[in-house]
Amino acid sequence: MGSVNQILDAAAINRALTRVAHEIIERNSAEGSIALIGIRTRGVFLAERLAKKIKDFEGLDVPVGSLDISFYRDDIAIHPQPKILGTKIDFDINEMTAILCDDVLFTGRTIRAAMDALIDYGRPRAIQLAVMVDRGHRELPIRADFVGKNIPTSKKERVMVKLVEEDDIDVIEIEK
Amino acid sequence: MNRYLIKGGKVIDPASGRSKTEDLLIEGSLIVERFSENRGVKTIEAGGLIVTPGLIDLHVHLREPGREDAETVISGTRAAAAGGFTTVCCMPNTDPAIDSVSVVEQINDQSKQSLIDVKVIAAITKKREGKALTEMGELVDAGVVAFSDDGAPVADSQLMRSAMEYAKTFNRPIVDHAEDLLLAAGGIMNEGYYSTILGLKGIPAAAEEVIVARDTLLAKLTGAKIHIAHISTAGSVDIIKRAKEDGLSVTCETTPHHLALTDESLCDYNTDYKVNPPLRSMGDIDRLFEGLKEGTIDAIATDHAPHARHEKEAEIEVAPFGMIGLETAVPVLINTAKKYGLKLEDLIPKLTVGPARVIGLEAGTLEVGSNADVTIIDAKAKVKVDSSIFESKSRNTPFEGKDLTGSIKHVFKGGKQIVIDGSVI
Amino acid sequence: MPLRSKDLLSIEDLTLENIDLILETASSFEEVFDREIKKVPTLRGRTIINLFLEPSTRTRTSFEIAGKRLSADVVNVSGQGSAVAKGESLKDTAQTIEAMSVDAVVIRHWSSGSAKYLAELIKPPVINAGDGWHEHPTQALLDLYTIKKEIGKLTGKRVAIVGDIAHSRVARSLIAALNKTKAKVTLVGPATLIPMDIDKLGVDISYSLDDVLEDVDIVYLLRLQKERQSENLLPSLREYSRLFGLSKARWQRLKNGVRIMHPGPMNRGIEIDSFVADNEKALIREQVTSGVAVRMAILYLLMGGAQVE
Repeated sequence: MGSVNQILDAAAINRALTRVAHEIIERNSAEGSIALIGIRTRGVFLAERLAKKIKDFEGLDVPVGSLDISFYRDDIAIHPQPKILGTKIDFDINEMTAILCDDVLFTGRTIRAAMDALIDYGRPRAIQLAVMVDRGHRELPIRADFVGKNIPTSKKERVMVKLVEEDDIDVIEIEK
Repeated sequence: MNRYLIKGGKVIDPASGRSKTEDLLIEGSLIVERFSENRGVKTIEAGGLIVTPGLIDLHVHLREPGREDAETVISGTRAAAAGGFTTVCCMPNTDPAIDSVSVVEQINDQSKQSLIDVKVIAAITKKREGKALTEMGELVDAGVVAFSDDGAPVADSQLMRSAMEYAKTFNRPIVDHAEDLLLAAGGIMNEGYYSTILGLKGIPAAAEEVIVARDTLLAKLTGAKIHIAHISTAGSVDIIKRAKEDGLSVTCETTPHHLALTDESLCDYNTDYKVNPPLRSMGDIDRLFEGLKEGTIDAIATDHAPHARHEKEAEIEVAPFGMIGLETAVPVLINTAKKYGLKLEDLIPKLTVGPARVIGLEAGTLEVGSNADVTIIDAKAKVKVDSSIFESKSRNTPFEGKDLTGSIKHVFKGGKQIVIDGSVI
Repeated sequence: MPLRSKDLLSIEDLTLENIDLILETASSFEEVFDREIKKVPTLRGRTIINLFLEPSTRTRTSFEIAGKRLSADVVNVSGQGSAVAKGESLKDTAQTIEAMSVDAVVIRHWSSGSAKYLAELIKPPVINAGDGWHEHPTQALLDLYTIKKEIGKLTGKRVAIVGDIAHSRVARSLIAALNKTKAKVTLVGPATLIPMDIDKLGVDISYSLDDVLEDVDIVYLLRLQKERQSENLLPSLREYSRLFGLSKARWQRLKNGVRIMHPGPMNRGIEIDSFVADNEKALIREQVTSGVAVRMAILYLLMGGAQVE
């Protein structure tokens, strides 16, 4: 176990999410309805927080769904099976702008799987991507539309986004 | 003339009641009290070893003629020698069956080239079909020691009665394969808890016992000699005990595997444990050991049943019944008898004089003047069963890889040493 | 927490945790059935052989749909169409399968123990879809899944399994599964169809359906094979139906909330009255739906994902 450095504290995370919420509103004000789709596990909490902020700022009710991408992963032969938590999208995503929310954007493979999963549910007008942290090292041609914090990392480091809903604390750390 | 001094072994000869540490002398083909001269005496150090009459197996399948790929008279008798046996009786369920003098003579010819004696048990009925008696008189003249349709019972009670009476004419026993084919139909293993949880059709103890009961009653009716082969259940022991108490000429044998293994062994569906009669319960084993102690059971026979590998490598419901046993009999018996407070010495009668009496054989003793059939056993040697070095052509043993105690050191047949330090010549 | 073993051969081999994992995973897959695209790419590029050496339509179809909804390629090999009918040994069949780099084999076989035998012969996962009278573990798992979904926890629930216990792999797997989940099991049937010493599994035995009818939460009816009559284990189907069939009159005596299950295919008019089979108390259709989800879960858990050391 290497050393752990704190990158963002709770206040900084909140500020970053506030900014992202404003950017989402600004970018999508002209078009029709939007939905926030969190990727299990922590992406769901980020989606819920963003929805609350959008409601506070604009009075707008944005539906939130959760997406379990276990069935769409391209690495099930090499990684242990994650526990399946299930997908819950109880609204029609057709013709909506679906904003995928995740904690860390790394290789892009999770997002690829999430887009495949989402498209099996319907035909959103557009898919956008919001992440808390972009740490680089993409293996696929995928980029985020909204980024809480860019953190340059080496490939061996681990970025951990901890959220109160799951981890009892809001903090972002790097383990070397 | 060859002379052997077997020195300092524990000599056990149940026929004469001898059991003490002493020297045993072989000169020419006989056991002698003293050598006629002391030239060329070879000494076999037998300190700590057990010296017994050559073992006798009443029940082996040599597969010749018909399945020479699984066993032959030559390979089967080599396996027998390796296991300490100097006489074996071969069963007639060959292809063609041993139901005519010509087949008996074929086996006799092979037997002459073998290291040990093969006594032929011929079929009771032609082709073992249970329909018409064989020409027993002629077969007896050819040297047949007993009659059996082993592998199948004689289902027709009237025919069995005739067979007993007719065999009585020649003073030969009927060796009875006790199985009610309808009760046992489709069965794979002992009927009980394990057959239930494994989902395999059971063979009830009663499938054996109803025929044991019927044939002891027929023995009473006819006054004939019968020998019940491979008994496996407590009930059979009880019935035979009662028949003996009634003074009937009924003898019986059980097998090393029925004394050592239970139906729980089938839990892995390993076809090497599939045998008929099936492996029974612990309670049955307890009663079989009592039967040995009280004298109800006269003999232990291997029911050595070789099968080609490809036949046993199959679904358990289609694999053939049977396991080989000649080369594991002594260590298996030593290990299982220990649990019942018995030593090898206690079982020697069941492997020598007991079976000899069943077929009226002048063998199975170390008395001076008798044929020098002698087996020398190291009852303390640790062995791991390794079928790859077996003399038998087949490998279907359930004891593969088992750590056992007891090995055959030397065997003499008619004064000739045929096993030297564990190796067949 | 993946399944630890390579294969799924019997309920007896599974822990309660294994069973819970399979049922939870199945529930995630059931969600897929409501989508327009009833298919996920999880097992894309993998090949599953359905080796059915005994006739079966339901189980084979259920496994085939399960495999296809996971995007696997499913190849059906049946007893009639395969080399097995021509006398090829299971060992040779196994070597052929292995040589073709198959990723899993689902086997239905007439001989007890054959699934285990195949599993010892080949490296890919083997799933037992019924071996002789021994076990039919996926049936028991789909039954548990159906019960949990429809009436909740099994602990303490009283289940009567009615019919030909002796020749039933469904019964053996179900007893094992219900014992693990601490349900109370009563076996009901004529003595000719109750195998020796089965009470040692901790189940009650009754020779009268009428005696147990009012105490049970679930009545599980087994299919009666008509050959039991020719084997003289029964005098007639009529008498069986009269003594052990779930008639409308018996159905009316059941407590409220009692559910009726059957592994199919049903003999209407013998073990189950048509009215009872089509009534809302019957979970027979739900069992079929559960079957696909449970089999998807099993294929996913055995074929997807490296095993955690």
